[in-house]
Amino acid sequence: MITLAELVGVVMLVSLIFYALGAGADFGGGVWDLFASGPRAKQQRELIAKAIGPIWEANHVWLILVVVLLFVAFPQAFSAISIALHIPLTLMLIGIVLRGSAFVFRSYDLQTDEVQRRWSRLFAVGSIIAPIMLGACVGAVASGDIRVDIDSGRVQTNFFSQWLAPFPIAIGLFALALFAFLAAVYLSLEAEEPELKEDFRNRALWAGVGVGVLAFLCLYLSGKGAPLIRAGLAKSWWAVPFQLLTAAVALAGIGTLWFRKFWAARILAITQVTLIILGWGLAQFPYLVEPDLTFTNSAAPESVLKLLLIALAAGAVLLFPSLWYLFRVFKTRD
Amino acid sequence: MSDLLAARSQMAMSLAFHIIFAVVGIAMPLMMVIAEWKWLRTRDDVYLTLAKQWAKGTAILFAVGAVSGTVLSFELGLLWPEFMRYAGPIIGMPFSLEGFAFFLEAIFLGIYLYGWKRVSPWAHWYAGVMVALSGMLSGVFVVTANAWMNTPAGFEIVDGKPVNIDPIAAMLNPAAAQQVIHMTLAAYAAVGFAVAAIHAFMLRRDRENLFHRRAFVIAFVVGAVASVLQPVSGDFLARQVFRYQPIKLAAMEGQFETEQRAPLRIGGWPDEETETTRYALEIPAALSLLVHHRPDGEIKGLKEFPRDEWPPVAIVHVSFQIMVGCGIAMMAAALIGAWLMWRKRKLADQRWFLNLVMFCGPLGFIAIETGWTVTEVGRQPWVIYGLMRTADAVTPMPGLIVPFISFTLLYIFLAFVVVFLLKRQVFQSPRILKKPERSNP
Repeated sequence: MITLAELVGVVMLVSLIFYALGAGADFGGGVWDLFASGPRAKQQRELIAKAIGPIWEANHVWLILVVVLLFVAFPQAFSAISIALHIPLTLMLIGIVLRGSAFVFRSYDLQTDEVQRRWSRLFAVGSIIAPIMLGACVGAVASGDIRVDIDSGRVQTNFFSQWLAPFPIAIGLFALALFAFLAAVYLSLEAEEPELKEDFRNRALWAGVGVGVLAFLCLYLSGKGAPLIRAGLAKSWWAVPFQLLTAAVALAGIGTLWFRKFWAARILAITQVTLIILGWGLAQFPYLVEPDLTFTNSAAPESVLKLLLIALAAGAVLLFPSLWYLFRVFKTRD
Repeated sequence: MSDLLAARSQMAMSLAFHIIFAVVGIAMPLMMVIAEWKWLRTRDDVYLTLAKQWAKGTAILFAVGAVSGTVLSFELGLLWPEFMRYAGPIIGMPFSLEGFAFFLEAIFLGIYLYGWKRVSPWAHWYAGVMVALSGMLSGVFVVTANAWMNTPAGFEIVDGKPVNIDPIAAMLNPAAAQQVIHMTLAAYAAVGFAVAAIHAFMLRRDRENLFHRRAFVIAFVVGAVASVLQPVSGDFLARQVFRYQPIKLAAMEGQFETEQRAPLRIGGWPDEETETTRYALEIPAALSLLVHHRPDGEIKGLKEFPRDEWPPVAIVHVSFQIMVGCGIAMMAAALIGAWLMWRKRKLADQRWFLNLVMFCGPLGFIAIETGWTVTEVGRQPWVIYGLMRTADAVTPMPGLIVPFISFTLLYIFLAFVVVFLLKRQVFQSPRILKKPERSNP
């Protein structure tokens, strides 16, 4: 039977998936804003702005939800992560602040090229820092390097080596590539002019290759970078089929892009990202912060978890119809 | 600068910055919804232009509020991990509910800002109502969590650890209702007056502009209603503080001795060395009268409490005085405006009244900043009143001055840009001299 704490863990994982699919793609939009080039650079930027304008703030809230769930349900883990990963989290926040504010400043500032370019650059820089640092934090949590004494809450850390290491940084770059890929796939569908579609199709293909290369790099580095997870995966029956499935979806995604089946490509890209995060969650389980904090030993009392889940269920009843409405209004063709 | 002081400074700076944008997110949607409703009922296009113009300013401010709020939710852990380890599960309920309220706010704000042509006029108006409601609720929930730090409830302590946690009781802690009402009214009062002041400024040189005339009236009425109610809620809150945090009340009033006919001090400088408040105008027995509603009620002085539990008395007292002064000025301006309206005078035609409202423009925000200073500094040295000291909650991370300075510079930059962009919006506002024809958006 699944415990209440594990159930909250599932909700957190699902929220992270939604965050990646929504806000991740918004960050990816920032990447393509930076790399906007060719005769249609201006149209590329306009399409990105139009695509993320109405939805980025809503997409962003998934991260807040994850943070709140973490500190309510797993206060030990929240405390330990906040201490050990102070620096990358702070850098991520600076990225989030720059990205969000530069994006609105650009919309409401003068529309001259020079002014727009200045905000665009800041928007892009923020969009690149945030996913790298978020990924590095995920890598650090998985690395098994953050040691916590559960009774005193003391964390053994030098504040750097847990995240400033090859494996977490590779995960950060992987996250960035994945988000850029996702954004390009979305945009190739949302673009209306054929040339613009081609622009983003090409970008999606390149990013897809980048995702593949970085995936192998992460896998290679995980031997040293996340030995506990690696050992756990070697013993579990599902690991190899799961990885093969993910790889197959990724290849199919590239294939559909190649043949310009943009709807299929979008669905496959969404599936791919979902599988990757799900796979990470399964590989982590039952650890929240390897190897000292598990979903069980860091959980808040049952009474808290029960009420939390009730509140989540009630909130979901309001949230999902509203989200559906938002996306229906803005993501269906005029 | 010690790491503790750096952490406290960063938290204070982040909160002081965020609260400005947070209250705009609470109050502006209400005013936009009123303007749009007037348009829907009268089809007078001035109101539609007004709702759209206000929405542009709100979009900028809301985004900065959203990102600075995100920073705060992380800073709870980045700066105060011990506090969150202890309190996270207890105050989780309001934070979870706030998460959903913020979600709805962001979703419907997206529809409101970008959906003028994509949804029907009434659907658009309902989206605005959802933004106004969920914005208000976000504020309510967050203030509830802060109230818990002042009057912790909903758990028992066994061996220094919280057990038998009741998140609902924690949420409905003794200070919650009073703080929530006071802060919500403050948001409407501050934003109403600030916006009215901007339009008053424009009316002084362009008196016939219908755009500014209507904007001024809506903003002033929102600000005025809240400002008149605010002293009543302040009275509730002060008596609640007396009951649960008598030392904070003593600091607010500069009251060192325990007295039965305690005077109300206006102004003055409390000196912790000599344990006296000097240079204050004292109204005999008025404090006892305010707190107990009878002149001989006893007020506990700071000397009743151990010295190491005193908050910085002067900061708390002076901040409180400034807050009350601003509140009274705004209430007075609100009453004068109400009197003018009752006498059927056009508010926008009274030049002296426009000047008065302009003077009141910044007061609401000053009151909010100083009021939060009273709440937060007045709770020191505790992060959870009576239970956990701020010094015991801070992160072991060294060099905290670096993030403090980084975020301060970042926020100064954002503040400059926001002021610059808003200023341009205001000066580019439309000029409408006579009633136009009815039309659709």
